[in-house]
Amino acid sequence: MWSEVWAILGKDLRMEWRQRHAIGSVFLYVAAAVFVAYLGFRQMADIASWNALFWIIVLFSAFNAAARSFSTEVAGRRLYLYTLARPEAVIIAKFIYNAFVLLVMVLASFIVYTLTLGSFALEEAHLPTLCAVWILGSIGLSAVLTLVSALAAQSDQNIGLMAILGLPVILPFLLLLMRFSKNALDGIAWSVNSTYAWQLLSVSLLSLALSYILFPYLWRE
Amino acid sequence: MARNWWKILSALLAIFSLIAGLKTPLAPGIHRVSPDRLSYGVNQVEILGYNTRFSEAESSLQLWLQNGSTSICPYERVVVDDQRMRVTFSIPEKVEDSFFHLYINNDLDGTMMLESAFLHKNLTVVEYVEKDAQSCLQPLSTQEAGGFHFPNQSILNESIRNLFFHVPSWFAMMFLMSVSLFYSIKHLRSGGLREDVFAENAARVGLVFAAAGLLTGSVWARFTWGAWWVSDPRLNGAALGVLVYLAYFVLKSSVNDSQKSGRLGAVYNIFAYTMMMLFIMVLPRLTDSLHPGVGGNPAFSQYDLDDNMRLVFYPAVLAWIGIGVWIFQLRNRMAMIELKRNYA
Repeated sequence: MWSEVWAILGKDLRMEWRQRHAIGSVFLYVAAAVFVAYLGFRQMADIASWNALFWIIVLFSAFNAAARSFSTEVAGRRLYLYTLARPEAVIIAKFIYNAFVLLVMVLASFIVYTLTLGSFALEEAHLPTLCAVWILGSIGLSAVLTLVSALAAQSDQNIGLMAILGLPVILPFLLLLMRFSKNALDGIAWSVNSTYAWQLLSVSLLSLALSYILFPYLWRE
Repeated sequence: MARNWWKILSALLAIFSLIAGLKTPLAPGIHRVSPDRLSYGVNQVEILGYNTRFSEAESSLQLWLQNGSTSICPYERVVVDDQRMRVTFSIPEKVEDSFFHLYINNDLDGTMMLESAFLHKNLTVVEYVEKDAQSCLQPLSTQEAGGFHFPNQSILNESIRNLFFHVPSWFAMMFLMSVSLFYSIKHLRSGGLREDVFAENAARVGLVFAAAGLLTGSVWARFTWGAWWVSDPRLNGAALGVLVYLAYFVLKSSVNDSQKSGRLGAVYNIFAYTMMMLFIMVLPRLTDSLHPGVGGNPAFSQYDLDDNMRLVFYPAVLAWIGIGVWIFQLRNRMAMIELKRNYA
């Protein structure tokens, strides 16, 4: 099982490396979105809007990034993969891969975001908690969006459907994440803030478990 | 007939809950006082009752203010009609509390109370006030109003009846969405076309009840909280639930192959239902909400829902769930006939 997961993961990473322009487009999307926000706002007044805008940009970029995970597999390769690996291995590999890409993306957009819209929000931030926010956020976004992207890839109109299917499912998670992130920026100690971390983690685990159970039915074709 | 008894029962219960829910009067209560401030000396105030019988029961009418441990009785009282009276109080300079609660008692209406009816104006609030030797109150004859009625609560007032329409809508929606989930799981196990059609129909009927729930809730929110929509975790969760099922229909209609559309729909239904339940049922309990039973607000069972309301509320819940299942079965029969015609 795990050897299959590592093999698919290795294949995905190698493919990504050979088609660098594809992953580059995702980062370009983030950079462009942040730049538009910068031109629109110029100056951010308070931490709450700074935080909310950041996660909204990350959300839409995450949709963009996760939508690629299954649509890049052309029909022939999907069939080949189907003969080689178990569907459970495929979904876990895609989840880990997406979580990794999203984590890199969150960090990259954070750097661009602070450079353009100012780092005043970080003055009192509790940095270890902020790191936890990034890690838990990318894990949770990946856990929910991987299955949604598998669903959207099988339907006939891929990109538009991804947002329609994903938004209502991800939104409550995003609200939790935003509040957790806001608390981290306000410098609230981990001991107070940890309930949010546990909630985010349990939502991620639940959605991962559902993906693990449901994905084989999607793969079987 | 033997198989359809529950349909007749649901229809009868629905008619009962409509009539009893709308026709039962509210308990007598104090609606408003004006002015609502009391100052030192003589104060004349007008008291507006609701469903009260002031003039009919004038002989047994008793009225007093409660301030801390002091009770203040009026020295003049004019009953204008059943709903209105003019009262004159003499207020001392020193009081124990900033607020005065108003009590009215008579043989027909029982004891009515308006909490914090008056606020003090330029009075001195002290720890303890010396009292006269004897209280101005005589023992009360009756405390309960006769007859069948719903509680008269401030803010809620007549809108309390919405409980029989708003809450059962959500219960019926939850029930039908669970039916939809059940058939989605069955469809994934068997791959049968029938189960997929059933799952979609249950979700459709559930969505109608969700719309009813949102509509009645919105009207209720306008009259009690002051806005058509407030940012409340329960409300946002409900809106998300509606979005989830709209997305479910979009997903199903975007795939032409019926086997594939059934499978995709079933997977999304199970995934979205679980996530939605998690957010509607669990997370609002962790944060504050305006809804009863959440975030420190008392639940209906504690004082909002008295026995008279229960008598209408539980039949209403059963009735609307039953009618929802009935519509669901009718839609299924229609869909089955259409399927047969298409394949024949």
